[in-house]
Amino acid sequence: MDKEKFDYYIKTEKNNWEVVIGLEVHAQVISASKLFSGSSTKFGAKPNTQVSLVDSAFPGMLPVVNQYCIEQAIKTGLGLNAKINLLSIFDRKNYFYADLPAGYQISQYKNPIVGEGEVTLDMPYGSKKVRIERLHLEQDAGKSIHDMSPDNTFVDLNRSGVALMEIVSKPDLRSPSEVNTYVKKLRTIMRYLGTCDGNMQEGSLRADVNVSVRKKGEKKFGTRCEIKNVNSIKFMEMAIDTEAKRQVELLESGKNIEQETRLFDTKKNETRSMRSKEEAHDYRYFPDPDLLPLEIEHSYIEKLKKNLPELPDQKKKRFIKKFKLTPYEANVLVSEADTSKYFEEVIKDADIKLAKNWIIVELFAVLNKKNLDIKDSPVSPKNLSSLINAISSGEISGKIAKKVFEMMVESGDEPSKIIKEKGLKQQSDPKELEKIVLKVLESNSDKVSQYKSGKEKLYGFFIGEIMKASSGKANPKLVNDILKEKLKNDQKS
Amino acid sequence: MSDLNKSTLLEIINLIKLKKISSLEITNHFIKNIEKSKNLNCFITTCFEKTIKSAKDFDAKKDFSGLLSGVPLAVKDLFCTKNTKTTAGSKILSNFIPTYESTVTDNLWSEGAILLGKLNCDEFAMGSSNETSFFGNTINPVGKNLVPGGSSGGSASALAANLTPATIGTDTGGSIRQPASFTGTVGLKPTYGLCSRWGIVAFASSLDQAGPMTKNVEDCALLLEAMSGYDEKDSTSINKKKENYSKNLNPKINGLKIGIPKEYRVENMPKEIDGLWKKGIDILKNSGAKIIDISLPHTKYALPTYYIVAPAEASSNLARYDGIKFGYRSIKGKNLIEMYENTRGEGFGDEVKRRVLIGTYVLSSGYYDAYYLKAQKVRRLIKNDFDKCFKGVDAILTPSTPSSAFKIGEKSNDPISMYLNDIFTVPVNLAGIPAISIPAGHDSKGYPLGLQLISKALDEQKILNLAFAMEKSIDFKQSFNRWWE
Repeated sequence: MDKEKFDYYIKTEKNNWEVVIGLEVHAQVISASKLFSGSSTKFGAKPNTQVSLVDSAFPGMLPVVNQYCIEQAIKTGLGLNAKINLLSIFDRKNYFYADLPAGYQISQYKNPIVGEGEVTLDMPYGSKKVRIERLHLEQDAGKSIHDMSPDNTFVDLNRSGVALMEIVSKPDLRSPSEVNTYVKKLRTIMRYLGTCDGNMQEGSLRADVNVSVRKKGEKKFGTRCEIKNVNSIKFMEMAIDTEAKRQVELLESGKNIEQETRLFDTKKNETRSMRSKEEAHDYRYFPDPDLLPLEIEHSYIEKLKKNLPELPDQKKKRFIKKFKLTPYEANVLVSEADTSKYFEEVIKDADIKLAKNWIIVELFAVLNKKNLDIKDSPVSPKNLSSLINAISSGEISGKIAKKVFEMMVESGDEPSKIIKEKGLKQQSDPKELEKIVLKVLESNSDKVSQYKSGKEKLYGFFIGEIMKASSGKANPKLVNDILKEKLKNDQKS
Repeated sequence: MSDLNKSTLLEIINLIKLKKISSLEITNHFIKNIEKSKNLNCFITTCFEKTIKSAKDFDAKKDFSGLLSGVPLAVKDLFCTKNTKTTAGSKILSNFIPTYESTVTDNLWSEGAILLGKLNCDEFAMGSSNETSFFGNTINPVGKNLVPGGSSGGSASALAANLTPATIGTDTGGSIRQPASFTGTVGLKPTYGLCSRWGIVAFASSLDQAGPMTKNVEDCALLLEAMSGYDEKDSTSINKKKENYSKNLNPKINGLKIGIPKEYRVENMPKEIDGLWKKGIDILKNSGAKIIDISLPHTKYALPTYYIVAPAEASSNLARYDGIKFGYRSIKGKNLIEMYENTRGEGFGDEVKRRVLIGTYVLSSGYYDAYYLKAQKVRRLIKNDFDKCFKGVDAILTPSTPSSAFKIGEKSNDPISMYLNDIFTVPVNLAGIPAISIPAGHDSKGYPLGLQLISKALDEQKILNLAFAMEKSIDFKQSFNRWWE
C-alpha cells in the first residue's frame, strides 16, 4: 500500500512537521505478591490493607526480591526479542513524597535486567520495527488521594512495592496510530506470556510519552517533552497530537521548546508544564546496599525460553500459512491469546472459512455489544463448530443460522437442540419445494408475465415469496434451481 | 551477693543452671544495680515489670535448653524490640514502639535470655563518644568526666559497670570495638552477613553489623553463637551452618602467623599504645605464634572512604523518617515540604544532619563519580589489601584505638578529630571482615586500652582463640570502684 497516504504530519502553511515519539511503558507484573515483600497485589482492596512493614518502610525492614517477578521480567524480555542481562543491579532512586514510604524507590538504573530488543508492528502500510532500549524492574509507589478532604491528603499504600516493568522504546514511533498499535502489541505479547494483564482501567499499564517535532526531512531530533503517566491509549493519542501541535506553534512563532516534564489534562485536552529541566529531581541513584546484584544463570534463561508459549507473531505466521488467512484476519484472531484459542478450537472439526467469518463478524459483534471477553462467550467453541457444520451440511441455511445463533447467544444451548425444537431444519425435499414454487408462481401470474416480458428484477421477488411461504426454511440453492427451471419452462410453453 | 558483680555471663548461666540462683534473683540484682546507676545514663528505656515477669515465667518452667537460659540482658537501643520503645538515640524515634522483634534479639530470647532494657547510643549510631544521643551522653564508669566511646557507648558502660552481664551492640565503623577498648571490655564485630540486620535501625547498610560485647572472650564466643545465624529476611545474610564458637574455643595458638601492619603505626600515637601493642606481640610470640611484618598500603584512604560511603547510605536510609508514618512529626509547617523540613530539622541532631548533608552531596549528580564511585573503588582496594595479606597470615594484630577514653566535650566541636578515633577500626568494616577488641592494659592515667585482632571473613573462631590465649596472659583487671552508686 502507498505509505505516503498514511504519513502523519502536522501541516502548517509553511511546513510539514514530523512527530517523533518514544514511550516508557509501566506494566504491572502479574504476581500474587509484591516485588520485595509478601503482601498481596490484589486490586480493589480497602486502602492500606495490603501493606507489610517492608512496604511502609519501618525501621530495620529489609527488601527480599520476589523470584517470580524476576522470572516474569525475563519472560517479557524474551517476548520482546531482547537481550537478558546475566547481571543486573537494583538501585535506589531517592526523592521525598508522602506516598513513597522509604524516601526512595527501588529501581534499576545503570544495569537493567533486560537490554535491547525489538517489536514488530503491523501497520496498514506494512510492518514496522520499533526498537526497545531496555526493560527494568521497579517498585510502584503508593497513592496520594487529594480530593477526599479539603485540608488533608490521604495515602493508600496498597500499591506501594508492587512490581512494575518499565519498557523503554527508542524514539522510533512517528504517529498516534503507531503508538496505539505499539501499546496494543506490547499488551498482546505480555498477555500471551501472562506477565501483565494490560488492564488500563486498573492502572496495570500506563505510559510516559516523550514527544518532539522536526521539519520533514530534518535529521536532528527536536527538543523533547515528557508527558507523564498517561493511562489510556486514547489519551496517549490525544496527548501526542495536542503536544505536537503546541510545539509546532511555538517553533513557528520563533520560540524554543524547553525540555520539561508535562501533564496531560484529559478534560481540557491540553498539556501543562509540571517541572522544567532545572527543577528536575536529582534522584541520587546508587546501588541498594540491602540487595545483592542480581545474577541469572544462562541455563535458567534457556529453561524459560523453552517453555515460552507461541507468541502472536509466530502464531500469525502459522495461521496465514496453515489456514490461508489474510494478514488482517490473522491479526484479528491472534490479538488475544483467548481468541486464537477459541478459533483453533472451532476449526478442529468445522470449515475454516466459515469459522473465521463467524468469529470475526457475528461472534465479535455479540461480545462487543455485551462487553464480554471471548473466554466468557455464551456460545462455546464446540457449539459454534456444530452450527457451522449444520450450515456446511445443508441442514440449515446461512440465514436461519443467524437466527439459531441469536438463540444460542441468549440460551447457551446447542444448535441441534434449537433447530429441532423450533423446527428450523432446512426444507430440501425437491418435490415439496416444487410445490411451493408452483404455488407462488400461480398466485402471482401477473408478475410472471411481467418477468417474461423482460422485467427480470422480479426474480428476487419470487425468491422472497418462496422463502416467506417456507418460513425461511427452503434450501436456497434448490429453490434457485427449481425456480429457474420453472420460469424457463413457462417461457417455452 | 556482691560476688555477682564479678561474675561473667558464663558463670551466671551456670549458677542458674545449677539452681544456685533463680532467674528472678539475678534479674533483681541487675535491676538494683541499674537503679543505682542513673549518673551513668546508660539506659534509655527500662521495662522492669516485663523483665520480672519473664524471669518469674522462666523460674516456673525452668527450661534450660537455651544457651542463655534465664539470663537478663540489656541491648543497644538500635535493635527493634516488640512492644518496647526503640529510639536509636534520636528524638525522631523517641515515641516509636515497634510491633516486631529484630532477628538478632529474637535469637537471644529464643536461647532463653530476658530483655533487661534498652541502652543509650549515639543518634542512629553516628558518633564515637555517645555524645550525639538525644537522651544525653553516657558516662564511662572508668571516670566521671570520660566518654565511653561510641556508638555502642551505653552498652559498653553498662557492661563495665555490671548493669548487664553481657550485651550486644552494632559496629559500622568501630562502634563495638572502640567503646570496648575505652571501657576495658571485649567487643567483636563479626563478618558482614553473619548476624542478620533485619530489625536493626539502619545506619549504613553495607557496613552495619551486630556483635557481642562481654567481659571476657569465653562470654564473647557464647554470645556470638547465640545471636548469629542465617536469616532469609536479610538478603545480605550468609547462608551457612551455625558455628559452635564456645565449644571450639582453644587457647593453643602455636604455629599461627600474625601480621603486624606498618601502616597502623600512626603519627602522634601515644607511647603507651605502642607499648601495649609490643606487649601483645610478645605474648603471641611466647604462645608460639609467628610474627610477620605486613603492609596494608591503602589504610590511609580508609577513613575518607568510610566518610563517603557511610553518610551516602545513611542519607538514603534516614529518608524514611519524614513524620508521615511513625515517629516524631513537627506540628509546624503549612504544606508537605515544610512539614518534612520542620520534622527533620527538629527531629535530627547536628551529627545526623551533618552526615545526611555529606551523603546527599556525594550522591548528587555531577559529584557521584568523583566521590561515591571513587570511594567504592578504593573500598575494593582496601579489601584487596586484606585479602592479599590473609594469604600469608592467619590474623592481624593492631591497637583498637589511637587513644584512650577522652573527656566529655573534648572533641564534640571538632568532628574531624572525633572521626580519627575510628582510624584502626574502619578498614575492617569496609572489608567486611571480623575483628575483636580485647582489653590489653591501662595507660598512665589508668584508662583501659584495647588490642584488635582481625581475620579473614568467617574466621571468627581463629580470632576468638587468639584473643582467648592473649587474655590469659594479659590478666586485665578493671581499676575503678562503683563510684556512681
